[in-house]
Amino acid sequence: MTAETAEGFPTKTGEATTVATTTAPQRGQSSGWLAKVLVLIIGVAWTIPTAGVFVSSFRAEVDVSSSGWWTVFAHPFDFTQYTLANYSRVLTAEDMFEAFVNSLIVTIPATVIPITLAAFAAYAFAWTRFRGRSFLFAVVVGLLVIPLQMSLVPLLRLYGNYDLTGTFVGVWLAHAGFGLPLAIYILYNYISQLPKDIFESAHIDVATPFTAFTRLVIPLSYPALAAFAIFQFLWVWNDLLVSLVFLGTNPDIAVLTVSLAQLVGSRGQAWHLLTAGAFVSMIIPLIVFLTLQRFFVRGILAGSVKG
Amino acid sequence: MAEAVEARLEANRRPRWTIGRDISVAAAVVVLIWLGLRVLRSETALDALGPFGGKLVQALIGIVLGVVGIWALFVVANSLVELLPARATSVLRPYLFVGPAIAVVSIFLVAPAIGTIIQSVTEVPEGEGPFYNFVQAFTDPALQLALRNNAIWLILAPAGALLIGLVFAALVDRVKRESLAKAFIFLPLCISGAGVAVIWRFIYEWRPPGQPQIGILNAIVTGFGGEPVPWLQEIPINTLALIVAFIWIQTGFAMVILSAAIKGVPIELMEAARIDGAGELQTFLRIVLPSIRGSVITVFTLSAIAVLKVFDIVYVTTNGNFETDVIANRMFNEMFRFRNFGFATALAVVLLLAVFPIIVINVRNLRRQGIGA
Repeated sequence: MTAETAEGFPTKTGEATTVATTTAPQRGQSSGWLAKVLVLIIGVAWTIPTAGVFVSSFRAEVDVSSSGWWTVFAHPFDFTQYTLANYSRVLTAEDMFEAFVNSLIVTIPATVIPITLAAFAAYAFAWTRFRGRSFLFAVVVGLLVIPLQMSLVPLLRLYGNYDLTGTFVGVWLAHAGFGLPLAIYILYNYISQLPKDIFESAHIDVATPFTAFTRLVIPLSYPALAAFAIFQFLWVWNDLLVSLVFLGTNPDIAVLTVSLAQLVGSRGQAWHLLTAGAFVSMIIPLIVFLTLQRFFVRGILAGSVKG
Repeated sequence: MAEAVEARLEANRRPRWTIGRDISVAAAVVVLIWLGLRVLRSETALDALGPFGGKLVQALIGIVLGVVGIWALFVVANSLVELLPARATSVLRPYLFVGPAIAVVSIFLVAPAIGTIIQSVTEVPEGEGPFYNFVQAFTDPALQLALRNNAIWLILAPAGALLIGLVFAALVDRVKRESLAKAFIFLPLCISGAGVAVIWRFIYEWRPPGQPQIGILNAIVTGFGGEPVPWLQEIPINTLALIVAFIWIQTGFAMVILSAAIKGVPIELMEAARIDGAGELQTFLRIVLPSIRGSVITVFTLSAIAVLKVFDIVYVTTNGNFETDVIANRMFNEMFRFRNFGFATALAVVLLLAVFPIIVINVRNLRRQGIGA
């Protein structure tokens, strides 16, 4: 819902956008320089925190602990002051490579499972008639507002009974459960708007609703699927709480966020390691952000309603 | 023409021999999933491959199992349903599609939520009334502190993000390379709470006076001749310091929504105001701001919900020490560290009750805008 207001889908808002941009220089003439300066100040202020961590992660241990990271800008092109030692250290000695792989093991299925479950459900909610349909749909959407903290204690006990604590399967299912209401909501909004005709012609071309779903609905819904996939991927990748509760801190299974939190606990002053570790945990989200910016924004906004 | 359609339908009808095939495929999938799970859960199965190879093979098995497994589930179940008479198939199929999602949601959200509510009033020390945990939550000094901090967060954090986001959104409209400028503000949103905590711990890093300050904030303070401030230890400035980190993340979110809303304000309206002699600031306050009221409320309510549930920033920076605790962090510690499940469930219910009115405002607002449910 928010996504549609904000992204200015190609309707009225879209037109307004172009109008606004073309006339912008006129309306901003008097205060143009002030706007530029303020934008620049806020932009720089917002970049400094990340830049400091980025620069420090390439500096030698002695340098990081004895001088501020900004001192490198005295001789920015003196490449002898940079090193990759911190990265090789966190990836091997501090188990971050393993954590990186664990994050992938957790995140990929924890994204695909809820999308699959939600796509089938959204299709059935939108295009088939069955008893209990509107009731079930209302319940699913209503669950959007429940904070996931409401699930933790009973699930932890349930997992204890079935030996699911500390397993990847357990954490996939937990993430799938927490992500499903949003996934169904987003996909339903999209799938229910697909034109009716495609299903009518589909009845002739393909035999069953199942093939109609896999060959028509899935390919046609890819913008909604992509938006949710990106949101869920980043949500799971960046999650600390669910991983901490259901997966734990054992290096064999700990994900990146947990591993980073552990590093803060054990090596809280080792800034050469902490900064490198922080960047290892950020690299995938940053790549997603830089390559898929359009979908990324849409995904973040679509997902912001998650309770 | 009709014949062609007939022929196609005939061709699409499944021949009898596929029954055996479907059942054996189903059995094979079940066996493979079971084997995969065995390997994943076994401590020693992959040791022969060495630590590195073992990890990668484990990753591959895990990912394939999760991704293929879920699809296989639907394909196999669908094949089995299609073996039934046509009428039964068409009645059952919707349930087949909806069923797994409903089951997962029931197990992971509905049942636990009910369980949490029940446990919050039943898991009390012997001889205490049902509301013991809640009475504790509002009288225990440590929990009161967490509630107070959440209130401070709630007052400052959404307003801060909203204000800076609004100023930036209004100004960025007038500069070249608008999307580049926006990207810098938006970028923190893709960083994990744990990563953000490390970033801001580094900013707030404190060294005793006389030593070189490697945290930029204390370097600035001492540069101006001040004493270095232990930002994360000194009460009450540490809670403000954490709120700033949150605002750093949330501003990008506010900015994107508000920027789109500002662009949606009809240009004629602004022109008319200017012709009437209104200045830039007046036009913004009298015309733009009222027009984007709905988006402002959306940003504020969604930020407020995020604030009430804030966990990882606090957990990784101070873990609630030095009077910086918040409800979500308290709940985690009650549950995980102290195994105090009665308290933990009561805190979850408090969180739900705190979030609920904000969600109601949000939904009403979205309805008024004619968007959403």
